[in-house]
This record gives sequence, structure tokens and C-alpha cells, in this order.
Amino acid sequence: MEYEPDAAGSESYILCADCGTVISSANGAGLCVGCLRNSVDITEGIPKEAVVNFCRGCERFLSPPQTWVACQPESRELLALCLKKIARPLLKVRLIDASFIWTEPHSRRIKLKVTIQKEVLANTVLQQTFVLTLTVQTGQCPSCTRLAAKNTWKASVQLRQKVTHKRTFLFLEQLILKHNAHKDTNSIAEKRDGLDFFYTERNNAIKMCEFLASVVPVRCKGSEQLISQDTHNGTANYKFTYSVEIVPICKDDLVAIPRSLARSWGNISPLTICSRVGNSMHLLDPMTLQQTDVTAPVYWRSPFDPLASVSDLVEFIVLDIEPSGVQRGKYVLADAQVTRSSGSGRKEADDDGMGDDGIYHTRTHLGAFLQPGDTVLGYHLTNSNFNNDAFEALDQSRIPDVILVKKTYPNRRKKSKPRNWKLRSIAKEAEDGTEGNVGRGALGRRGGVDQKNVERDYELFLRDLEEDPEMRAAVNLYKADEAAAAAAADDEDGDVAMGGAVAGSGMRGGKRRGGAAAQAAAVMEVEDDGMGSDDDEEEDFPEIQLDELLEHFEEMGVNDDDGEEVL
Amino acid sequence: MAVRCQFENSTDIGVFSKLTNSYCLTALASSTNFYSAFEAELADVIPIVHTTIAGTRIVGRLTAGNRHGLLVPSTTTDQELQHLRNSLPPSVAIQRVEERLSALGNVIACNDYVALVHPDIDRETEEIIADTLKVEVFRQTIASNVLVGSYCALSNQGGLVHPKTTRSELDELSSLLQVPLVAGTVNRGSEVIGAGMVVNDWCAFTGLDTTATEVSVIEATFRLQGQTSAAVINEMRDSLIDHYA
Repeated sequence: MEYEPDAAGSESYILCADCGTVISSANGAGLCVGCLRNSVDITEGIPKEAVVNFCRGCERFLSPPQTWVACQPESRELLALCLKKIARPLLKVRLIDASFIWTEPHSRRIKLKVTIQKEVLANTVLQQTFVLTLTVQTGQCPSCTRLAAKNTWKASVQLRQKVTHKRTFLFLEQLILKHNAHKDTNSIAEKRDGLDFFYTERNNAIKMCEFLASVVPVRCKGSEQLISQDTHNGTANYKFTYSVEIVPICKDDLVAIPRSLARSWGNISPLTICSRVGNSMHLLDPMTLQQTDVTAPVYWRSPFDPLASVSDLVEFIVLDIEPSGVQRGKYVLADAQVTRSSGSGRKEADDDGMGDDGIYHTRTHLGAFLQPGDTVLGYHLTNSNFNNDAFEALDQSRIPDVILVKKTYPNRRKKSKPRNWKLRSIAKEAEDGTEGNVGRGALGRRGGVDQKNVERDYELFLRDLEEDPEMRAAVNLYKADEAAAAAAADDEDGDVAMGGAVAGSGMRGGKRRGGAAAQAAAVMEVEDDGMGSDDDEEEDFPEIQLDELLEHFEEMGVNDDDGEEVL
Repeated sequence: MAVRCQFENSTDIGVFSKLTNSYCLTALASSTNFYSAFEAELADVIPIVHTTIAGTRIVGRLTAGNRHGLLVPSTTTDQELQHLRNSLPPSVAIQRVEERLSALGNVIACNDYVALVHPDIDRETEEIIADTLKVEVFRQTIASNVLVGSYCALSNQGGLVHPKTTRSELDELSSLLQVPLVAGTVNRGSEVIGAGMVVNDWCAFTGLDTTATEVSVIEATFRLQGQTSAAVINEMRDSLIDHYA
């Protein structure tokens, strides 16, 4: 060993001021470590005990201020949650280490060993370990409380439309999906004539009402029910219910407006068809192309019912058409000669005993779309009995025999072509397992209220989407995978066989509410192949282009469970 | 014999007093407790002078002195100078110093024979120190601190210096001063020795926070009870037992 004078000389020793032991003076405090630790407590101001709240029902811990998180015992998340309890005092020191000390779970205590560092005096960092004891206080989280009180929602929106079909709701479902308006919804229940949406927060329900008011003409009425109240601090607990009623008039409905209303709306002819329903409805007089826009408040001031709706439409063949020159937007006024489509095989015109040759002359707004030989849907007024005061009040001699509403493509329907697209639905599929029936969504899935009608309405809704590019633009369509499409084709064939007994279009005019048997026969009724001889397709069928379709949503990892949204 | 006292709740008594073998200066305080502590020890031996320097009470930091003389800064008023002249014994030379570093107590540490001074002090000042205090002057630092007056306390018997003074530095300083030096603390670990205590050849005053251990080191260092340094250990053991009893 060599003697190193420099190393020896560069050290300095003093006596500790408290205990007198010889220490190196390097620590700057003039005290030995033991005395320094005795004299300074760096854990001062940090609470050694705290309380964590725990919900017995869902076994979650309260992470202040409001969230409840599920944590395994001795997990990283629980450690973070516990340390949060002393987060503010910990700001003044450096947290070096924290770990759990094992405790019996039944003791309702969580113990943490926390090591901290802090600078005391000048240039002296002290490290200290202490035990933080947390008492687990059991209780109920708000959601468990609600569940226990069978009080799972705070606000609901009752959406109703008093019509016989579900097309509006099917379309609305697609709109809701596209705009992701359902993301705060707790549950959706089907009720007679509509749907109920349930929410945990009132403002979510209000938001839904506002969304609905922006897409359909509605009347909204809010009401509240007092659940409980505290007179001491003046708080009260309410349940809120919003009744939202959609105007019962749908697109393509025939409407007879009371004469006084017709005068006030620009003196329009009282017999109109509803050409479009946005957040207001557009009434069109097919004889003059005069249009009027009826907003929801105006409608609800003096409501009226539709005269006839889509289920009363019958098919006509266009024999001749001659545009008369007047044009407004996409509508061209034309004089048309039509006859009843003989697809049924029955000579209805003759059976009616009208004494004519079954050829009707009428004036139509569809001059731009119709060609001789086309099939068109319309209301056969001479053939119908309406029980409607406004209709009775009309000059009977001026009522046309036929009002044409929209072009249809029956030949197209005969090809049982599988659809290359499908729709999403809000709710999980019904447990029927048939893959072809994609997404009836929130409607009819409990096999309940209107299951049969929903199946038919869904098919009609899909057809509407196919034939109406404007309507299509408002919703998201998705590519169907090949296997599902093929299965759909098979499925559809089966239905054809079943439905073959009832020939003709599913949209025959007739009783609005048939017997149960008739409805059952109409389920998924598609075109029969009775007219298989002519295989010419309509050239102007508005094909769904592939670029309109979005990627298949299941492949994108978006399921109905996790509530995520494409786009 | 070391006495603990405090000046108006401050334990830095070296700031408010100056003690030499022939006189003692104390600051003017609202009560006379501080003065009385000195008076009890020194009353019959040396004059104790109440004074201000330049209107302030930090007389210990502004002045430097020993048995032969007293140096006051240039900011000292004529009235104060006259008062000191009247109060101190005629053998003590009083000299006003025109020095940029006007806290003379901080930049000069001295006993009756040797003075350590700040390295940047003026040459004229150095000469005045040598002439007035009749000492040998050395420009030095203590544990790399230039304020030598703040970080050490010296008497003709010994000296207490900054706790971080290394052993080699201690050797060098004590060879200059020709007295034994000890690194230590006052006021429970405070390293500003000069501010924490005042000492002369037969008694010392320390801040109230000074622990028994520190007092025993001080008494041993300055030989206040005729002890040798070998006796420190026994004394320390006694004080330890006393302190933790």
C-alpha cells in the first residue's frame, strides 16, 4: 500500500453536532445521517391514511372525481389509484418507489410501501420509506344504485309514427347510424308504432330529439316525473320523457288537404302527393307541378291524415306519354295513357264493371322518367273508396282516375339477383340465424309487435334504396361478402317458392290491414316468375355503383357490440 | 467557558457583537438580555460597548479588531467614532478604513498576532491592518470561501474553521496562524462559524442552538477550561450523556 497524501488530505472530518460521532463533513448539514433523519421528517404533510371507495356490486374502485374502474388486487391500476390519494402532497417530494404490502382481503385495508426523496437543508437529499394505509370503504356506485332501484335510465325518447308500415323507422335507423346519433343510447326498445330510446343523461335525450327534428318533421313534447327529492338541499331527481311524434305522412303518400289549408298554402290543389320528406314535407300537385313545403309546426297546427299510402299503390303499364312542356326541376308535366298491369292474370278492369277498355288518361309529373311500355305505380282512384272528409269535399268530376307516383322495375325484380350490398343495424341481429336477412335492426327483432310486417317492409325499404339514388345518398351502404350474397340468393329462392301461391306484386291495393294469414303470405314476398318469358331488363334501372359502397363493416372490426362506427 | 445566548431570536450572535481580549462591542437591542449575557461574564474585566456602526446593528460583521486596535468601515459616522473612542481603552487604536469590501468582519479574521484576509482586499488596507492591529497579514481562503471572517473564529489559543476544510488546508492554515485549528460547526450544524460565535482568550459566546457536542469542541479548541485536546473525548462523552438523558 502506498501512502497517498493527497487523498488523505482532501478529506475533512467533523463531529456530528448532535451525537458527536466523527463524520465526513461532505453532507453539508453538520449532522450524521441518523441525527439528520431524527431531526427532519420528509414525510411530514403526507397523509399516512386514506380511504378508497369500493362498489360491492360491480367490484370497482372510485377514481375521483367520478369514474369507477375495475382493478385487480395488487395491480398496477390499483397502485395508481391509491397513489392518487396522496398526489398533491407527493408533488413536493420525489416518488422513488411504491409497492403493495400484502394484507388479508377481508381486513379491508390496502397497505402501500412508499419511498420518497426530498432535499433538506442545502444539497442534502434524504430518502425515506413509509407505509400508507388505505381503508377500503364499501358502498354502491351510482350505476349499481340505479340498477338496484330498477332505475336504469334517466331520460327516454319515445319516437312514434302512427302508420301501418315501418319504412320510416328503417330509414331513420340508417340515418342514426350514419350520423352516429345513437352513441349515448343505453337501450332501444320497440313499442307499438315506434321505438323508445333510453339515456342515462337528460342532455343526451335532448340531443337525440334535436337530431330527430333535424331529419324528419316531428312534434316533440317533454315531460318529467319526480322520482325523489331532498328538501334540505333543494335537489330533486327526475325522470325525463320526450315524446316525439313523426308526421304520419310518408313519401309517395296521397294526401287530400282540407280546402282551407290548400288555399292558405299558395292555393294548391287539394289532392297532392307527398314528394319528399326531409325535416319538412313537400307536397306536389301532379297535375300542375305546383309544390308546397309543409313544416312540422304548420302541419301540427291542423294535422291531416294521408288518403292512401304506399301499400295501396297498383301497377300500371304506360301505353303512351306526351310531355306537355311544363317543367319544374326534375319533374316534367306529361299526358299519359296507362292501363292496369295484367301481371295478375285477372281482368280487373273488366271485373270492375267500369265499362271501359281499361285505358286511363291522366296527367303526370313523371314525364321525364316514363317511356311507353314502362311500368309505373300509381293510385287507382276510381277503384278506391276513401273515407275522408277532405276527399269528399272535392269536386268529384275533377278527380283523375289515376295518379301516377313512381316508376317501378318489375322485370328487374324477377331476376332473383343477390344484392351486392347490405346495411348496418343498430341492434344485434335477432337470433333467427338466417344470414340473408341482414339488419332489420331495432325493429321486429324480438319477434314481437310487428315481426311479419317488418320483414316485408324491410324488403320494400331495400328496394326503395335501390331505386332512389337520393335516398341512397343519405345512408351508408356496405359491400356484402360473396358467401353471404350467395346464401341470400338461395334464401330468396326459397321464399319465392313459398310466396308463389299469391301471385302478383306484393304491393297490390287492397285492405290496409289484412288478416294474419294474408300477412303471413306476404312475408318476404318477391316477384314470382310467372312472367318468365320476357327477360328484358329496364335499361334505366338506377344501379348501385360499386363506389357507392363502403367496405364491409365486419371486416373492419366493427361489430354491433362494441358500438364503434365506420367513418 | 462557553456561553449560549441569542440576539432577538437570532442565533447568529457573531453578527451583532465583536469580542477581543481588551474590549467587547454589542449592538443596540430593544432589550438588554443580549448585553447582560456579556456583562455577566466580562463586566469587571473589559469594557462592553453598546454601539452602532454606520447606523446598523451588524457591528460584528462590519468591524475587525484585536487587543491592539479596531478597524471600522468608511461608512462609520463621526459620532459613532467619537463614542467608540470615548468608550474603548486608550491603548486600542481605532482606524477608519476606506475599503471597497466594507464588511470588514467578513473579510478579516484575526487574533492578536496574525490576520487572514480576503484575497481581493486593497494593498493599502492590508498595510493599515498590519499597522493598526499589529499583525502579520495573509491573503487566504477557507474551504474555498473567500470570506475568511465569516467562516472561522480565531483566538490566541486556537481556531474553529469551516467544516469542509480539508486536512491539508487545516495544516497549512495552522502553520500560518501558529495555533491549532479544528473544523467544526456551531448552531447545530451551521457552517458560518464567524457569524455563530465570538471568542477571546478566556471565554466564548455561541448561538443558542449550539449543541453540547459543539460546545465541547469549542471549549477544547479554544482551551477555555485548561483542557488538552485529549480531554475532549471524556468531555464529549459526558455531554452526550447529558444531552440524551
